[in-house]
Amino acid sequence: MTAVVGPPTVTTVGPVPAGGPPPGRRRRALRLRAAAGFACGAALLFAVAPLVLSDFRLSLLAKYLCLAMVAVGVGIAWGRGGMLTLGQGVFFGLGGYAMAMHLKLADAGPGAMPDFMQLYGQLDELPVWWRPFASPWFALPATVLLPMAVAFGLGSLVFRRRVRGAYFAILSQALAAAMVILLVGQQGTTGGTNGLTDIQGFFGYDLDDPVNQRMVYFVIAACLLGLLVLARQLIQSRYGELLVAVRDGEERVRFLGYDPASVKLVAYVVAAGMAGLAGALFVPAVGIISPALIGIVPSIEFVIGVAVGGRATLLGPVLGAVAVAWARTALSERFPGTWTYLQGLLFVLVVAFLPGGLASLVALARRRGDDGPPGRFTLWRKRSRTETVA
Amino acid sequence: MSGPDGLAIRDLRVSFDGFTAVDGVSLDVPPGDIRFLIGPNGAGKTTLVDAVTGLVRATGSVRFGEHELLGRAVHRISRLGVGRTFQTSTVFEELTVLQNLDIAAGARRSWATLVRRRHGVPDEVAAALDTIGLAGHVDQLAGTLAHGQKQWLEIGMLLVQDARLLLLDEPVAGMSHEERDATGTLLEKVSRDRTVVVIEHDMDFLRRFARTVTVLHAGKVLSEGTVAQVQADPRVQEVYLGHPVDAAGTAPAGTEA
Repeated sequence: MTAVVGPPTVTTVGPVPAGGPPPGRRRRALRLRAAAGFACGAALLFAVAPLVLSDFRLSLLAKYLCLAMVAVGVGIAWGRGGMLTLGQGVFFGLGGYAMAMHLKLADAGPGAMPDFMQLYGQLDELPVWWRPFASPWFALPATVLLPMAVAFGLGSLVFRRRVRGAYFAILSQALAAAMVILLVGQQGTTGGTNGLTDIQGFFGYDLDDPVNQRMVYFVIAACLLGLLVLARQLIQSRYGELLVAVRDGEERVRFLGYDPASVKLVAYVVAAGMAGLAGALFVPAVGIISPALIGIVPSIEFVIGVAVGGRATLLGPVLGAVAVAWARTALSERFPGTWTYLQGLLFVLVVAFLPGGLASLVALARRRGDDGPPGRFTLWRKRSRTETVA
Repeated sequence: MSGPDGLAIRDLRVSFDGFTAVDGVSLDVPPGDIRFLIGPNGAGKTTLVDAVTGLVRATGSVRFGEHELLGRAVHRISRLGVGRTFQTSTVFEELTVLQNLDIAAGARRSWATLVRRRHGVPDEVAAALDTIGLAGHVDQLAGTLAHGQKQWLEIGMLLVQDARLLLLDEPVAGMSHEERDATGTLLEKVSRDRTVVVIEHDMDFLRRFARTVTVLHAGKVLSEGTVAQVQADPRVQEVYLGHPVDAAGTAPAGTEA
């Protein structure tokens, strides 16, 4: 056998990596930029919006921000993890109902039944599974932990059986439908189609008071910013890299010694927790939670916002969700009935022509500005399999 | 790292709906060997590797070191030190070279490490980058690498994964001559403390770098030995090297082995 020669002599064929500043300085610059962006976002949400918007518009914005929280989770599960979850309404609903149950019980006062139960008159006393929600110490953690627990149970079954792609999407959607049917069917204890309505107070504060509404808005804005920090950390961690690897090559990851099911499970559970928190805050912002707000249609709408904004980015889902929700309000005020079609059209257009969402336009512009080779019209992120030589 | 382990396959059978792809194969690959698996299309080479790595169900026995591999999940077999590549390159194209290697190195990491950010280049990754000659491409997206570089990245991923048995499925397909030579040298280098099994069609590459060869035909072992022994085997000449083009290549084989 011949003596061992050095490493393969690499003929530099591909593009030489961009030189740029050393990694340490680049990382610091990135962190600085992130901090600046965060500060800008905080200033917009906490100073500009309350000054510029009327109380009515501000409460609408509060609602949109709740949807944006769901979108952050969808961005992680779908954008980074490749799980097209069309059933986030389930987790949004679990969080929302947990919060609403507590607030209804608090409205009714100690020992009393919520108004709708008395109205339907089927029950003599509070159902057993309502009772723990009287305590805020149970109800508040439950708004997040309950959806996460359900997602964990569900995900463990589904991912281990290697259900993915369209099958996973359909399954998650069916779950949203099932949840609605369950809620509607149990009118006596869940409020049925009406849901839990007419919520008056929020931990002792009267929700009719505009000042308190404003406080709710601030809580929501703070939570959204918090979730963004969490999401950023997750995306940039080693786990975030691994999640993308699972998205793009699940089998390959398996051969590296990982169990992709647990990798996906974590992202799915985190997304569920975010949806749960969003649902919980949606209740004081809007004063109602009902099956119509958590069923198939809203579940799909969560995804549309994320797709429009750019599912694989951090801010894309947030901006997309807010933009789509805002467009929905603005357009359905003027042209009721046409919004559904517009929304469908928007989704088709984005998926067909801009799979990376609006965020990919920003990335494109930046690349053009920097060093992008002229005359390259890569509007959308290529799911590059082009390099593979047979 | 303790010395490499050997691979021992006994009476391995794989059937798909009545079709037997691997039909009672027994073979031993001693520690530190570079074993080439050859055979006509459909001989069961890739299926054999699939069975060893847990991708398809099989009967019989596959032992690597002291561990029985059959019946274990894919990722558990991988954690026992068995790594493989595929015919088409399967690097994570939207991640950088460094990210690819870092992920490959991380199967044993705790969750506490996973949720934190990567800082710098881990030692084993730096070593692998050197070995596979991609140190200058650390931050390049794997999807933009040249074909040969992707294959080397795959091998690098096996190295950082601490695979002690490397199963490579046509690693030099589509490579230029220089890239083939570099790959062969790389294999010799990594086989010093690992066991390497290569599926390959390229006879020239085989003559230069194989230490031992197993010929599979119709799911069975047809012949086994050094390159010269195998090429001298009349049965092999009949089913595999029978046609004139390859038969002409028998002469210079004696220089190897």
